[in-house]
Amino acid sequence: MASCIQCGDDVSLHESVEVGEIVDCGTCGVELEVVGDDPVNLAEAPELEEDWGE
Amino acid sequence: MKVALLYTRIRKDEKLLLSELRDRGHEVSKVDVKRTSFDLGDPPADLAGADLALDRCMATSQSRYAARFCRHYGIPVVNDPETAAVCSDKVRTSLALDEAGVPTPDTTVAFDTESALDAMESFGYPCVLKPVVGSWGRLMAKVDSRSAAEALVEHKATLGHYEHKVFYVQAFVDKPGRDLRVLATDGEPVAAMARSSDHWLTNAAKGADTETFAVDDRVADLVARASRAVGGGLLGVDLMETGEGYTVHEVNHAVEFKALDGASNVDVPGRVVDWLESVAAGSGHPEEVSA
Repeated sequence: MASCIQCGDDVSLHESVEVGEIVDCGTCGVELEVVGDDPVNLAEAPELEEDWGE
Repeated sequence: MKVALLYTRIRKDEKLLLSELRDRGHEVSKVDVKRTSFDLGDPPADLAGADLALDRCMATSQSRYAARFCRHYGIPVVNDPETAAVCSDKVRTSLALDEAGVPTPDTTVAFDTESALDAMESFGYPCVLKPVVGSWGRLMAKVDSRSAAEALVEHKATLGHYEHKVFYVQAFVDKPGRDLRVLATDGEPVAAMARSSDHWLTNAAKGADTETFAVDDRVADLVARASRAVGGGLLGVDLMETGEGYTVHEVNHAVEFKALDGASNVDVPGRVVDWLESVAAGSGHPEEVSA
């Protein structure tokens, strides 16, 4: 469990969470990037850019 | 082997690869390119000593340069930066496919609005206007009329980044409600799916329905030739059925495969890692780029 950096509510994380993964805050909906996993540290995820894709 | 996985975000695709690599006992170093800088001397710490770099950057700009730095440091990289440069640019992809004799939709490139309108008039309506860099079906326009064409080129010329002033106009292919995605390693099909939608765009990212597709000899031949045309590697080759055969409209160098992994019975990450192991062992050979 970690706290949303936007609304402060709890954000649940699954066991296999990876640094670099994006999780949604279930309360405010903001996208959060996992930037540390020991302990879990969240940051606001970068916005989708025009050149993103496959 | 030690694998450095370069990323923008860790998606399900990267998690599948990370899991497969770790389960096989490979050492994996994750390189967040957003938080890494690359200089002309030594590689950044997370890249140093890697037997193979796996470029999984979502951002085309990051992918193209990060892969090039890997090669500069002497680290084998999948995909090769030349392949990334060709695949990430629709103009270069069209040229490479055409030069290799791979059927691809008729395409005209124009550099100002009047020339772009002339090109669209020449194709007739509907035709398609695409950004030269982009993915997931974004900013794609099916142009149904002269008035729509005029509005689109004006918007692109006025609002867009300079790359939007490269007008990439393509014939509209009246496909049968679906297109095909074949994931291939150096031209060898790994798995394939059909992507169906009532919308003219059938990208999985747009919510198309997916089902497994059995690759026939003609598709396999086109996939091999398309792969060779762009330099080979781990690629997603997209084809449309034309009624008389197939046309290749896209080759993706940062291919996503989570939808394909779900749609097919193939262990896609397993097959990809099999191939990565062969590349790291030196038995996978980059192919020549033709454009």
